[in-house]
This record gives sequence, structure tokens and C-alpha cells, in this order.
Amino acid sequence: MIRPRVIPALLLKGQGLVKTVKFKDPKYLGDPINIVKIFNDKEVDELIFLDITATNEKRRPLFETLSKITSECFMPLGYGGGIRSLDDVKTLLNLGIEKVILNAIAVENPAFVTEVADYAGSQAVVVSMDVKKGFLGKYEVVTHSGKTGAGLDPVRHALEMEKRGAGELFVNSIDRDGMMQGYDLDLVRRVADAVNIPVVACGGAGDIQHLAEAIQQGGASAAAAGSMFVFQGPLRGVLISYPSQEELRRVLP
Amino acid sequence: MITIVDYGVGNLGSIVNMLKKVGAKAQASSDPDVLRQAEKLILPGVGAFDPGMRKLNEVGLVPLLNELVLEKKVPVIGLCLGMQLMTNGSEEGVEAGLGWIDAETIRFKFGPENAHLKVPHMGWNTLDVQRQHPLVADLGPESRFYFVHSYHIVCNDETDVVAYTDYGYPLAAVINKGNIMGAQFHPEKSHRYGMQLLKNFAERVA
Repeated sequence: MIRPRVIPALLLKGQGLVKTVKFKDPKYLGDPINIVKIFNDKEVDELIFLDITATNEKRRPLFETLSKITSECFMPLGYGGGIRSLDDVKTLLNLGIEKVILNAIAVENPAFVTEVADYAGSQAVVVSMDVKKGFLGKYEVVTHSGKTGAGLDPVRHALEMEKRGAGELFVNSIDRDGMMQGYDLDLVRRVADAVNIPVVACGGAGDIQHLAEAIQQGGASAAAAGSMFVFQGPLRGVLISYPSQEELRRVLP
Repeated sequence: MITIVDYGVGNLGSIVNMLKKVGAKAQASSDPDVLRQAEKLILPGVGAFDPGMRKLNEVGLVPLLNELVLEKKVPVIGLCLGMQLMTNGSEEGVEAGLGWIDAETIRFKFGPENAHLKVPHMGWNTLDVQRQHPLVADLGPESRFYFVHSYHIVCNDETDVVAYTDYGYPLAAVINKGNIMGAQFHPEKSHRYGMQLLKNFAERVA
């Protein structure tokens, strides 16, 4: 039987990898190719790359950088950021990316989700939603690095995206991003309970127990994390790490 | 030269990348003359059964592939949907399959005890090897492979199954009959374990 996937989610900013806190204060981690090689050696389950400035800069994905990354990666790869057309999707798939991650465009033009699913199959389409908790505790989907409110409830958006052909949902809590205090389990649970497709939880993982909580209490199919795989210690020194297979099997039976 | 059949479906870049990494000569092509020269063939594929079968028919390669595989006995491996296309047909669609292997492709069917399992079967799983075959040589007990599929194949002749994997129940993960082989997972995305399997295909399968 399979154990749930544990996925490093890496943020691209320009030519470098960074890590944010609540989607702000990007801290430079290093060259993406070097860091990817380390994750490849550690035989991670899957990797996700999110280009966090592409949409705001209205630019296309950095195909050349991605091509260097994919030639070093022998695990499933997801990419999100600046995808605007089916041509972008085709280029990404040809490079060796198997999951395209749609965020802002899925809100603006939900039909695009169907278009990509029809072309590449649902398994290739991940819809990512960045979620913020408002003053009254109400969840809202936001886009453009958390700057633009979409006026959408996460569960309603999730159901719509599933209907449109998404094969997976990536649910990212902005409030928990980089805090390393645990996932927003209430948010993960609400979305996971509502849909039949796999949900990947992201935002807040600080240790391996948090990963297990996302699966066991949140009902997620996979747990993604940034900080816990790239930082070490209270001073957040950059150190790439990933739990061993034995640890993962023990915590995620 | 290993030729990957390019019919517009599948992650060809990843397969070429990995074959290069193990030192095999490989290319993706839809050119009949190139396919005729192939020492071995890979039939890739992702997505749904009918669109995959229709694309294969549209590019007009089915008669040539039938000739190469069934008459000339060129070694071929189908990966994921590519393996499913080799069966008689699928519950996922209405198109006839290639019928290279006596098997049907069916949707996961879980009883109440497994009702919590999500479809697709997505993630890393292990193999339960049934018999010796060059494809699964030197894999080691810790080997794991990346699966993503909602349908799986059932061989009418159980001896065609080289290895099972378990998701709710055992299902065919590696199959073989004569020069025809298949893997339900994605070796090109399965770290050094998948690399070993593709290396075996390149070097040990005759």
C-alpha cells in the first residue's frame, strides 16, 4: 500500500529559490539547480515549484531554468506561476513537468482548467488556492501573491474546480506560511471533506508530526512544506533536509 | 536505438532524459522510417483511454506498430496509459485497444472495507514480483515506483503478470508476454528504482 506523499514546495523568485513568511519577506536560499540536486539525491516523493513573481510581473514561466531543473529530476514535478495559455502548458509538459499548477488563471478563467484537463488529462492539472482568514474568521481565496481578493469561498471554489476537471487541489494557507506552527487543519478538512480529488495541504509545517496531522486530522492526501525542508534551527539557517523513508513510514502508516 | 513512439500523448521529455542518464541511445519520433529502424520501442501515455487511442489512430501508426510488434517481434514496453492501450479495451472508453496482450482495463472497484481509498491511485508503491524477468532484475526490496492512474489492467492469463502492486487489492503493475512488456507506473519518474528498470529494458531485454 502507499503512504501519503510528502512534497517540498519551493519558491522561485527570479533565478533564485526563496522562502517567505505569510507570503512576505522572501529570504534567499540559493541556486535552484543545486537545491534540486540535493532533493533528488534524497529521493523525495515529488517536488513543487512555484514562481511567485511571474503572475505579478505578467511574464511567462522561466522555461530555460525549468529545463535545467527537469533534466536533474527523476521524480514527479509540479510547476505553477505565469501559466496563461495551452502553449505554456505544452512547453512545460515537453520539458518533463507532469503537473501544471493553475492559480490566478483558474479564478479568472475557470474554462481554462477544463481546456488543460482535456488536453493533458486531469492528473496533470493541479489547482492551487491561496487562502486567507478574514477578521471574522471567514476564509477567502486570494490571488496575486495574496494581494487580490477573489471573493471566493475555498470550498465553493474547490467544488467548482473539481467539476471543471482539476485532478488535484493544492490548498495553501497564507496565515500559516513560514510560521512552522502546524497546518490550518480546519481549512484543510473543509476542502478535503467536500471534494473527491486528492488535496495537498500547504502552509505551516514545522516538523514531521505536522505532516501527519494534515493527513490524519486534515484528511489531505499529501502534505507539502517549504520551511521545514530548507531551514534548520531557530535562526533559520539554510539546510536542505527530508525525512528518511523509515521516519515517513513510521509517522504516516 | 530505443525509439519512443511520439503520438502526442505523454511525458516524452522525462523518458528521454532518464534513458540518456543510463547511457542508452534514445529518441522520440512519429516518423514511420525511424520507427522501422528501432531496436526497441516504448509506448508512453498519460490521460484517458479514448483520446490516447484516437491520437494513435490519427497519426496512422497502428498498422505499422502491429507489424513491428506482432510480426517482427520488436521488444516493446508500454508505460502507464501506454500499457493500457495494449489491452483489448477499457471501461474508460469505447475505442478498441491494440489487443497485443489478452487483458482488459477496468476501473478500481473497492468493497466497503476499502471505501476510504481515493481514486486515482497516486503515489509511491512497491512491487510484489511473481516471476523472474530481466525488467525486474536487481530492483532490491526497497524499490518503490510512482503510480498515478484511475484504471488498471486485468490479465486473462495470470502468468502474463510479472509483478503486482497493492491498492485495495493486488493489481498488475508489470506485465510481459513474449516481446511485449508493460508497467503501470512511471519508471521515468521513479528515482533510481525506475532508472534500474529502464536500464534493464535497455540492456537486458533482448
